[in-house]
Amino acid sequence: MRDPDFSLANARNAADEPPSLPINRRSLLGYAASAPVVTAAVGLAVTPTKAEALPLPLTPPDTVDTYDVGDSIVQTSAPTMPLVHLSIDSSGVYTMALPRLESGTGVATALAMMIAEEAGVPLSMVRVTSADAQPELVYNQITGGSCTVRAFEPLLPAMVLAARLKAGLPPQSGRPTDPSQYKVLGKRYGKLDARDIVTGKKKFTLDQNVPGAVPTMCRMPSQIRGTVVSVNNRAAVLAMPGVIAVETIPGGGTIVGIPPGVAVMAETFGQAWDACNALNISWGNGPLAGQSDATILNTLRAAIPPLLPAPLGAIAIDAEFTWKAATACPLEVECAIVDATKPDRAEIWAGLQTPIITTQAIALDLGLPLGSVTAHVIPSGGAFGRRLFWDPVQVAAQISKKTGRICKLMYHRSDDIRHTRMRPPQVHRVRATLLPKTLLTAGNVLSYQQSIGIVRLDARHGYGEIGTATAGSLPPLVAQTVGNLGYEQFFFKTMVASPYNFGVNAKLLFPVPIEMNTVSYRSVHCNPSGTVEEIIVDEIAAKLGQDPVQFRLQFLRLPRAKLVLQTVVAAAQWGKAMPAGFAQGVGIHMESRAFSACIVELDATDPANCKVTRVTMAIDVGNPINPSGVEQQCNGGIAEAISLVLKTGVTIKDGLPQEGSYKQYRFAKMADFPKNVQIIVMPNVGDSASGMGEVGMTAPSGAIANAYARATGIKPRNFPLNAQPAFTPTPPGQLPVPTQIA
Amino acid sequence: MPSYSFNLNGSPVTVDAPADLALLWVLRDKLGLTGPKYGCGLDVCKACTCLINGKAASTCSVKMSSAAGKNVTTIEGLANGNTLHPVQQAWLDIDVPQCGFCQPGQIMAAVDLLTRTKTPTDADIDAIENMCRCGTYGRIRQAIKSAATMMP
Repeated sequence: MRDPDFSLANARNAADEPPSLPINRRSLLGYAASAPVVTAAVGLAVTPTKAEALPLPLTPPDTVDTYDVGDSIVQTSAPTMPLVHLSIDSSGVYTMALPRLESGTGVATALAMMIAEEAGVPLSMVRVTSADAQPELVYNQITGGSCTVRAFEPLLPAMVLAARLKAGLPPQSGRPTDPSQYKVLGKRYGKLDARDIVTGKKKFTLDQNVPGAVPTMCRMPSQIRGTVVSVNNRAAVLAMPGVIAVETIPGGGTIVGIPPGVAVMAETFGQAWDACNALNISWGNGPLAGQSDATILNTLRAAIPPLLPAPLGAIAIDAEFTWKAATACPLEVECAIVDATKPDRAEIWAGLQTPIITTQAIALDLGLPLGSVTAHVIPSGGAFGRRLFWDPVQVAAQISKKTGRICKLMYHRSDDIRHTRMRPPQVHRVRATLLPKTLLTAGNVLSYQQSIGIVRLDARHGYGEIGTATAGSLPPLVAQTVGNLGYEQFFFKTMVASPYNFGVNAKLLFPVPIEMNTVSYRSVHCNPSGTVEEIIVDEIAAKLGQDPVQFRLQFLRLPRAKLVLQTVVAAAQWGKAMPAGFAQGVGIHMESRAFSACIVELDATDPANCKVTRVTMAIDVGNPINPSGVEQQCNGGIAEAISLVLKTGVTIKDGLPQEGSYKQYRFAKMADFPKNVQIIVMPNVGDSASGMGEVGMTAPSGAIANAYARATGIKPRNFPLNAQPAFTPTPPGQLPVPTQIA
Repeated sequence: MPSYSFNLNGSPVTVDAPADLALLWVLRDKLGLTGPKYGCGLDVCKACTCLINGKAASTCSVKMSSAAGKNVTTIEGLANGNTLHPVQQAWLDIDVPQCGFCQPGQIMAAVDLLTRTKTPTDADIDAIENMCRCGTYGRIRQAIKSAATMMP
């Protein structure tokens, strides 16, 4: 994909011009902005003027525009940035020990490019390695919120300067102020580790050569957080070929509970799996005994207070949406290597988004002093938020301590779906109120309410170190704490915004303390809430008799959002004739200071098995460090959108997720991915870098759902939309039997 | 424990292993080749794909006894010294990998396809079932088509 013509840079100014306001609009604006929604609506209803065709101002202003969750991490990271290791060796090579997890998002490559540009050296003169847990960095070693590049961009000049002075070099001339003068930034580079990847040399956690580390697998309970009542044939399993140890995982845990189950150590993982299957275990119920998707959704519904009624003279669009739980299912399953064999210290190798709190919590789990645990952060095979918690490290530490051997723990894929952390299931209730179109007026949107009943999201990792994590987790091991609720609401309020001028625009989160293993899955609140909003936007436009794109252009608050939309509208030939059963759909999204718009084409000739056939996406990340990497993140967002909107979700029955493989949890495969994808990376016009890891999901999600509605005439309400083929789940508390193809 | 011999990346190896141990664990846990990855153990995700007698196979689901005497090629054995296989080169040219975990299996599946046909159709590529969680499918498709033009 080529970058768009740079003439786009000038288009921003055109999109930036405020709409010209009729004079009689001005007095009305002041009134609406200061009045409650009902009063404003009455005032408008009795004073019909042409001004109603224009959007109301957002009331109150959207705070995420000026402060988001990324800002909070950028701010808390800043004080310890000078402690990040950046050095220059005698041959002039810069090496940074990056205190963030490279999980495939390209942050290591992006940082190397930023250092090269700032230092005025070619990219080949920069190395970026993965820093071990550095407790002295405090809040500056958490990977999340799409803010790695944002956190480093403003501080890199000082860091490079410090490294140069230390190496006896003069100050650098620095990154050019004019983006057109960049030598590295904005150019397409492959990943630093690409050659290692394609030759099989890249070492993930389980590929690490840690002498003495013993393959270990687990059986996990018949329900989420169930219990081990008894292991009934331990001696027989210990006598199996290759088996070294069979141990029940102890309970307890610091900050978060240690996952329950029974672990088997063996000479090979194949033998450990066989031994796991041979175990006869009596399981006890977990906290979700008897609960299924339907009962959980009903509990969530009951947690949502009534929405405000539509004001007199207004019409309401009411809708309820449900999202099943979603599992990150990174290709690399939950895994860790832990050496807890020494009495006074422990050592960890794992892909960790929060390595500092991991070492601290594991120290407390093991009864060791806080500073006695080290962690090597190994670039991971995907993360998607999953590795914000350190569950497999907890298990491996306990088993290592119990057996006196170094534990190399790998979850089976089945338990990687059933017993790890998920995006919480949720119910969204929406009421949009409108003034209908009349002969004299174009109609208008008065308010937009979206209330979300959701299984509480575990945020007890805090900002990745012991202070904020402890604040979020007292009293210990309680499913919902006041501190966690505080983080949850803070993260929601600093992530979720609305790109639209919809009068009173309120999105509210109502978490329910159901004891499920949850985590901030990629774009956790933004994706479901933004997708729902995009669907309602299309329905509002239809009610007002407007084209979805024209309606959005009228009601979008920010010029950068309008420009990405205008860009895809042109590139995707919006409104072109489509064959029967096919439709286009549009979606827009802003997150982590970035803006994206997407138009998809959907084949809904079989409405139960819709397929995305074309995607056109525009992405404005301010300063696109590596356009190739930006496109990759968009491709990832498209795959997520296809998967979660159309194809799959986690089904909970009697307290246990039923899916246990990619055949059952049907994340998109090659045949599901459209052959025609165009990603337009908006040129740098002098903005600072935005986040990129999460923003790419939601515009395609909304676009797919809207194309579905247009193609089928069915309102998208319960996700996933495609038919879900029946499957035979692996029995609760068991692992699948290995497949034999030869 | 029985002993098995086979050709691994062009060289003969002999290994003591249970007959029903999956080839993936023989490669990883006994021979120290970590290119092939575990992703499911069920012949579904295909992250463990290697070539057995030139054909792609999920080594998680192939018993050691049935791989005995055969030619096994892993991702580590694909390049000719420092000269990458055309599929590997195309992967770099197109900048396919994100996290990279599934890519050894993806590359081996692509090599298998291009060995079977010099002109792969989109339907041929759609039939590749290797999972990628990062969403590299579009670039894999491009890279396979590009590699097809570079195959000897």
